[in-house]
Amino acid sequence: MSRFEAMDGNAATAEAMRQINPDVVPAYPITPQTSTVQTFSQFVADGEVDTEFIRVESEHSAMAACIGASAAGGRVMTATSANGLALMWEMVYIAASNRTPIVMTVVNRALSGPINIHCDHSDSMGARDAGWIQLFGENPQEGYDNCIQAVRIAEHEDVLLPVMSMYDGFITSHGLERVQIEDDGAIKDFVGPFTAHEALLDVDHPVTYGPLDFYDFYMEHKRQQVEGMKHARRVILEVAADFEKRFGRHYGFFDGYRLDDAELALVVLSSTAGTARSVVDDLRSQGLKVGLLKPRVFRPFPAEELADALRDKAVVGVMDRSDSFGALGGPLFMELSAAFKIHDVPAKTVDYVFGLGGRDTTPDQIESVFRDLAGIAETGKIQQPVTYLGVRE
Amino acid sequence: MVNPNAGWKEIPWGGKIVEAGNAREYETGSWRAQQPVVDQETCINCLECWVFCPDVSIDVKDGEMVGFHLRFCKGCGICASICPVEAITMVAEAEAEGS
Repeated sequence: MSRFEAMDGNAATAEAMRQINPDVVPAYPITPQTSTVQTFSQFVADGEVDTEFIRVESEHSAMAACIGASAAGGRVMTATSANGLALMWEMVYIAASNRTPIVMTVVNRALSGPINIHCDHSDSMGARDAGWIQLFGENPQEGYDNCIQAVRIAEHEDVLLPVMSMYDGFITSHGLERVQIEDDGAIKDFVGPFTAHEALLDVDHPVTYGPLDFYDFYMEHKRQQVEGMKHARRVILEVAADFEKRFGRHYGFFDGYRLDDAELALVVLSSTAGTARSVVDDLRSQGLKVGLLKPRVFRPFPAEELADALRDKAVVGVMDRSDSFGALGGPLFMELSAAFKIHDVPAKTVDYVFGLGGRDTTPDQIESVFRDLAGIAETGKIQQPVTYLGVRE
Repeated sequence: MVNPNAGWKEIPWGGKIVEAGNAREYETGSWRAQQPVVDQETCINCLECWVFCPDVSIDVKDGEMVGFHLRFCKGCGICASICPVEAITMVAEAEAEGS
């Protein structure tokens, strides 16, 4: 039987990890992820899991140990945030290139500098080209559910790519909410036993990981990673369908709210979608045809599906919780704009960079975005393609 | 060993080498700029060169060092450096080929 508990995002994730019972967890503490692996390490100390917990001296070593343990033939998980992810950088790419199906929770936090421990998405957005599948969760429940589904997605034999599961630092990681925790046995059945592929510890079939790979084969191996991502599009939906069948909670590439008949749409990731929903309700009661789209999957980017969902909108406002300095706007805006161009979506699109370094985003600010969108719909003119929401001039 | 013209669908995922010992088919001797030459009169067959050679390129027969596997020797010079009786010298590849 499932049970309801008051949990923050990190406790819910640690609980998912306890139920998954991975073979190896190498981890290093960093705010705001720390309580995830701290709670999990208590499960290890109490003998509630069979996991080998490796206390490493840095995040670079954490990811190196993850890759080694995964290549050896184990189910491997870890968690990090911000500069911890940045310190892992070269290993993050190697994990994907070696096709090691590691599952890592990334509790989103602003990258230094200046030093900041609060939420934005600059950490995981910086890693968007590393070859990892990226899932964004809105609340502790989605952090728990995505963590569990990530194991099945990563380990699928047509995918074999590592998965990052994100949720917002402090807002979700430390915010207590009602979480439905499933039965231990049901989660064990859902994730299934781990099947190693070409494990280093399979001494009867010796294998080398990570040898030199020059111009003669490197490009073919990159093409294989692209194929893994293509398969991930199908597998993510298959795993979500099985999850929904067993546990009743629906997941897809994204989640729409009052979107179908909306003329003005807002696209925003993670916890801010919760605030935006209440704004949508308020404006709907005033007669404005507004709606919300919250992406869950950023890699692989579901371009065609997003284009189809937003095709008939007059104006689409994107809210980016990170910037790409010197680029056309934030990463979500750029990807979506490209998707619109490729898939012939006529909707006008504007970007709002918000919430950097944990800056609060209020319902009034989100309402001001919708008012902007309404103005663009009325005049047909975009005054400013990128707006920095809530910044002091 | 993977066919050099194999497409991405035909080769192991992630650049793994799944066939043990196939380094034998990868001839690294062409990388060499200097070649080791042994003076058999001086050599005491201690086999330290055999222990230290990173490319398993010291040819040993019946417990005696008899030369080098030049198909694989990269000319790194570790054997010459480690030899306790200075029986191995490194000579320029062009010079060695001419001799």
